[in-house]
Amino acid sequence: MGIDVGSTTVKAAVIDGSGNLIYSSYVRHFAKVKETVLAELSVIKEKFGGEYAVSITGSAGLGLSERSGLNFVQEVQAAFIAIKKLYPDADAAIELGGEDAKIIFITGGVEQRMNGSCAGGTGAFIDQMATLLNISVEEMDEISLDAQKIYPIASRCGVFAKSDIQPLLNQGAKKSDIAASIFQAVVDQTVSGLAQGRKIKGKVLFLGGPLYFLKGLRRAFVNTLGLSGDGAVFPENAPCFMAIGAAYNSSVVTPESIDCIISKISGAKEGGEITLGRRLFVSREEYAEFVKRHRATDLQFADISAYSGDCYLGIDSGSTTTKLMLITPDCKILWSHYQSNNGQPLDIVVKKIKELYALGGGRLKIRGSAVTGYGEDLIKSAIKADFGIVETVAHFKAAVHFNPKVDFIIDIGGQDIKCFKIKNGAIDGIMLNEACSSGCGSFIQTFARAMGMEIDKFAEKGLFAQNPVELGSRCTVFMNSAVKQAQKEGASVDDISAGLSASIVKNAIYKVIRAKSADELGENIVVQGGTFLNDAVLRSFEQETGKNVIRPGIAGLMGAFGAALFAMENIGGESTTATAEELESFGYTSRGANCGRCTSNCNINVIGFSDGRRFISGNKCERGAGMKPLLEDMDIYAYKQSKLYECVTDMPAGKPKGRVGLPMQLGMFEQAPLWAGFFGTLGFEVVLSEKSSRQLYFKGQHTVASDTACYPAKLMHGHIESLLDAGVDFIFMPCETYNIDEHCSVNHYNCPVVAYYPELLRANNGRLTGDNFISPYIDLNMRKSAAKTLAAALSRYKFKKSEILKALDAGFARLDGYRAAVRAKADEILGRAEAENRQAVVLAGRPYHLDPEINHGINKLLTSLGVAVLSEDSVFEKGDAVKVDVLNQWTYHARLYRAADFVSRRKNVNLVQLVSFGCGLDAITTDEVRAILERNGKLYTQIKIDEINNLGVVKIRLRSMLAAIEEGAKDER
Amino acid sequence: MSVKDYTTAYPKWNAEMKATHKILVPDMLPYHFAIIERVMRLHGYDLEILKNKTRTVIDEGLKHVHNDTCYPCLCVVGQYIDALKSGKYDLKKTAVLITQTGGGCRASNYTPLIRKALKEEFPEVPVVSINFSGLEKDSSLKIGAKLFLKLAYAILYGDTVMWCYNQTKPYEVTAGDADAARERAVNLIADKFEKGGYAKYKKVNREIIAEFARVERRREKKVKVGIVGEIYVKYSGLGNNELEKFLLSENCEPVVPALLDFILYCIINVVNDAKLYGRGKGTAFIYKFVYRLVRRMQKNVIKIFGREGSFEPLHDFEHLRSCADKVINQGVKMGEGWLIPAEMAALAESGVLNVVCAQPFGCLPNHIAGKGTVRTLKKLYPDENIVAVDYDPSATKVNQENRIKLMLATARENNGRINN
Repeated sequence: MGIDVGSTTVKAAVIDGSGNLIYSSYVRHFAKVKETVLAELSVIKEKFGGEYAVSITGSAGLGLSERSGLNFVQEVQAAFIAIKKLYPDADAAIELGGEDAKIIFITGGVEQRMNGSCAGGTGAFIDQMATLLNISVEEMDEISLDAQKIYPIASRCGVFAKSDIQPLLNQGAKKSDIAASIFQAVVDQTVSGLAQGRKIKGKVLFLGGPLYFLKGLRRAFVNTLGLSGDGAVFPENAPCFMAIGAAYNSSVVTPESIDCIISKISGAKEGGEITLGRRLFVSREEYAEFVKRHRATDLQFADISAYSGDCYLGIDSGSTTTKLMLITPDCKILWSHYQSNNGQPLDIVVKKIKELYALGGGRLKIRGSAVTGYGEDLIKSAIKADFGIVETVAHFKAAVHFNPKVDFIIDIGGQDIKCFKIKNGAIDGIMLNEACSSGCGSFIQTFARAMGMEIDKFAEKGLFAQNPVELGSRCTVFMNSAVKQAQKEGASVDDISAGLSASIVKNAIYKVIRAKSADELGENIVVQGGTFLNDAVLRSFEQETGKNVIRPGIAGLMGAFGAALFAMENIGGESTTATAEELESFGYTSRGANCGRCTSNCNINVIGFSDGRRFISGNKCERGAGMKPLLEDMDIYAYKQSKLYECVTDMPAGKPKGRVGLPMQLGMFEQAPLWAGFFGTLGFEVVLSEKSSRQLYFKGQHTVASDTACYPAKLMHGHIESLLDAGVDFIFMPCETYNIDEHCSVNHYNCPVVAYYPELLRANNGRLTGDNFISPYIDLNMRKSAAKTLAAALSRYKFKKSEILKALDAGFARLDGYRAAVRAKADEILGRAEAENRQAVVLAGRPYHLDPEINHGINKLLTSLGVAVLSEDSVFEKGDAVKVDVLNQWTYHARLYRAADFVSRRKNVNLVQLVSFGCGLDAITTDEVRAILERNGKLYTQIKIDEINNLGVVKIRLRSMLAAIEEGAKDER
Repeated sequence: MSVKDYTTAYPKWNAEMKATHKILVPDMLPYHFAIIERVMRLHGYDLEILKNKTRTVIDEGLKHVHNDTCYPCLCVVGQYIDALKSGKYDLKKTAVLITQTGGGCRASNYTPLIRKALKEEFPEVPVVSINFSGLEKDSSLKIGAKLFLKLAYAILYGDTVMWCYNQTKPYEVTAGDADAARERAVNLIADKFEKGGYAKYKKVNREIIAEFARVERRREKKVKVGIVGEIYVKYSGLGNNELEKFLLSENCEPVVPALLDFILYCIINVVNDAKLYGRGKGTAFIYKFVYRLVRRMQKNVIKIFGREGSFEPLHDFEHLRSCADKVINQGVKMGEGWLIPAEMAALAESGVLNVVCAQPFGCLPNHIAGKGTVRTLKKLYPDENIVAVDYDPSATKVNQENRIKLMLATARENNGRINN
């Protein structure tokens, strides 16, 4: 007998003496591992009785086997055993489980691989996504087969994928397309994260529950891997495959009677390896006191069925929920609504406003309306609202209503955690969570549902938990595994509920706000957001900060309330809000398309309203909406993008010595002019890799060795493939421990990735050889020794050392020319911005953040907001050399510090730092850049970028920043 | 160019503090620090190795360092803060110590990061740096030639103790014998430092080996598992969730390469820089001299191991270098760089085919030198069985152990196949 205890299911298999499968089963265990296994065993006992040699396998089986003393076999090993028995001719197997993904390569060197710790969720990920779409997994599978379009969805991690999907939903993309895109993301993750350079080919076995049950997922795998008809095998008993393997493995175990096995399992002790947190409430009285205190901050209501007169409408179209509120001029609530989006925010809003008009029976006069949140643009244009405002402004407005002295606001919604510091009546600092800690709020909800209860009930259970568990405070995928571990150790639902609340709060305080002590938060704290309606979360927050805070009764509706207040304060003339009659005839159509007006080729969504108006979303710049870009000539990113390529597109006179390929990524974004000049002078034709795109990334994805590397590094693999396909004689990519010394830092290192990535490429791309990939170790500050090394590396062309030196000089001259042109352009932009009294932003990162695929067009977003754009490398020389607390030993980092110093001295210039996800070095620079700016009274804004293509959050951040700058300027006046 | 000073004031270490201050040291290298602690005490330093390992250590770390900073930094800061908060120390008379290599990875920034973490709650506690790259001139421990040499010996002996212990513990007949031998060996070494004779390294090594050779061991074949990776998570139980103990409980023999190899790696990198780029030729000359000196000692110790016969000898560093050349260029010198694949190759060549490559989650240099080289290694040593494990505050032990168990299952499978 084999028993496979996974993270969500229990599978059992029984084989007879001659190796035939006589019984198998597959049931969900809902965290009740022991009970479920015992139930299965009693079924087997009923059916067959007798003696069994038994082995346990599976991620949750480990603990059970240890405590019951039954034999354990690692699950991949179990699968391997079963494959050898049942499919001896298979070449590879892919197995997706609840939380793990595994690949077994059989022919050509046996290798068994599991996903790393950060790639969590496959089956669980699909479950979570289905919940997000508000359909069952089966329905999702069904509709995915009708998909017409695949959207790029970040595949590295469930949290990221969610951040990609949410905006698609809000923009009205078709569910069928999203469903298929989700499956494609799972496939991409498996191929890049697990295969890591090894091709999956031949006869491939697909195992595990999700691959067995989901046709759409199967199809995506077969298509992506390009498998022929009999190349893809989906065994009948796929879900129980490991259990069968474990059963085969049992031949080494001494058989014992079924009763004996049952008693061993039921006698297994619950583990005690969980760390305990603090209890939320010790007594009912304490809770009653707490409830009473918070009730004091509820708003008053007015009866909508009796009211007649003016009113103001606020709509908060959030990522997971839609909130509406109607208030009277004296701020009484006439009507409000809070609902999960179910993927269709626009439908909800229109339906609800119609209901509202009906309730009002013609007595209501909507004098003004405002929309905020992710769906702001779409909703505003659909219902012709008067204002669209940034979320942060809406929340601030609402908070001030409850406490005019408020100095700190924290909002935990479904997807995001937002915090604002308030100083002198204006937003002084904004902190938003990174993708990595997003989704905390909805995580509780999803989890509660998986436990089979509503969120209120689940929260209530946590209030009086005796032994709350510690679940860590990072992303929800990690939290998910921590919960699983706690469950395995026997923690109760109550304890998990309390533990989750504490985790979310800690995440907010220590990860988002990054407070060292609670005093940093301020004296007058207002907490809000739907998640705070959960008393367990609220209590955890008060416990962790040691302060009593204000949670308005409408905590979940603060955005909508703030929007309504804003509309009331700012409306001048007549409101344009759609009337009841207009809404009666309202309808819309939605269709996906590609913009095609520039190389970004954004995925856009065209929504046609029934009155003939059109709304376009997903576009990064005005072109997508059919307008001309505003400030293209005040955007140094746009300038550099064309200038850089201008510097390297020359052809030698006469027949070239050869064709050299330069991969345009990482350090090459800085040094391309140098190397193009160098090789051009030597008589080579210089070929650049094709421009970055998601397709290019996919092209090289199979050679990515470490999925936690930064996106620029991972993209490099595609650039290499593109050059190999272009048939160059060799690709040139030097290893440079040391960058060019700009004499303003202790040392002048490159980061390890920029310095040594060629080594990784060579090791993991089978097409690269010593011949077609030249990557010498050079230090450009030591020109003579560099020349010697280059001569040796290019020995087959037999250059004299003097020729190499001359070419190197020419290269440097070209690099200097390029840099000078960039500086001059920056001067021009700065001058114009000053003259036009315009805000400018130094979008500061690394040279390779110039790549539109890396920066996702944030520069265009800024110009569309009327802001001039500069870069760190174009202005840093205007700043002083700086001494900082940290060890300043990287060339590109030193530029950041100096750029920050420069910004500090300019009134109309601010800095936004771009940080690549996974960039360990920026963990150091960000705090330092922030310190420099804040010491000089400047705002600090950081944007984390990844393969994730979601400008929604970025836009909120940038608009909030601009709003805060505006407020600051007003105060000065 | 004018220079703008954005630094903030912090307490500095000065020589007088030696008389008044206790110096806290993180529990990074259990075998070596046990000896170093005693050597430093002889020199008048009141050193204390921290042994606090509860979950609060990690929580304090999480609170005080940036989320994306590597795990070792988080563990070190966590241990400091947890200890300083315990009330056991007079905050006016306590300092904390950290090593710095000055390399191109983040680890060189631990000193300022620790300062930043302590600033709020322990503004009077100085952070002392030990480095040989001229960093932190105004707050580092000045180590004279004599003490320097003693520390070098301490590391040499620490390696021998670790190496012998790991080959004894899995096979001891009477439980606890290996630990007793380890304690005796450490006392023996301390005695040599106290009473003289520490410089006779051949004799000392012979005595250490003899101490372990006396332990009665079972003749049985166990799966050997090499541990390589980032220096902190490789050696520190706090960093790697007690990996050595876990492997012992799984009936394996952990094989942990010597610390001296890392030191030789740091030294030879300066020589390599001169060779590759022609920079720092003068310094390189001196480093080469030191390298030759230390290498000769290492070679002699290896000879002693061979003559003594009870234990597998340590790796020869020159052999490690030639192993590295098969996989990666020795120019990869940030973090543990080329040493990682070198050790993985050397382990394979000495018959240790199973390897845990331990990394802090998101460790940059080791993307390249660790995971990035696995494919090349597999080509060179088809039977090598490597699992890369990420360590980070939120990764669960179950998750890590499950992956190691998979590696062990393959190991046992391979053993069966190779033996047949």
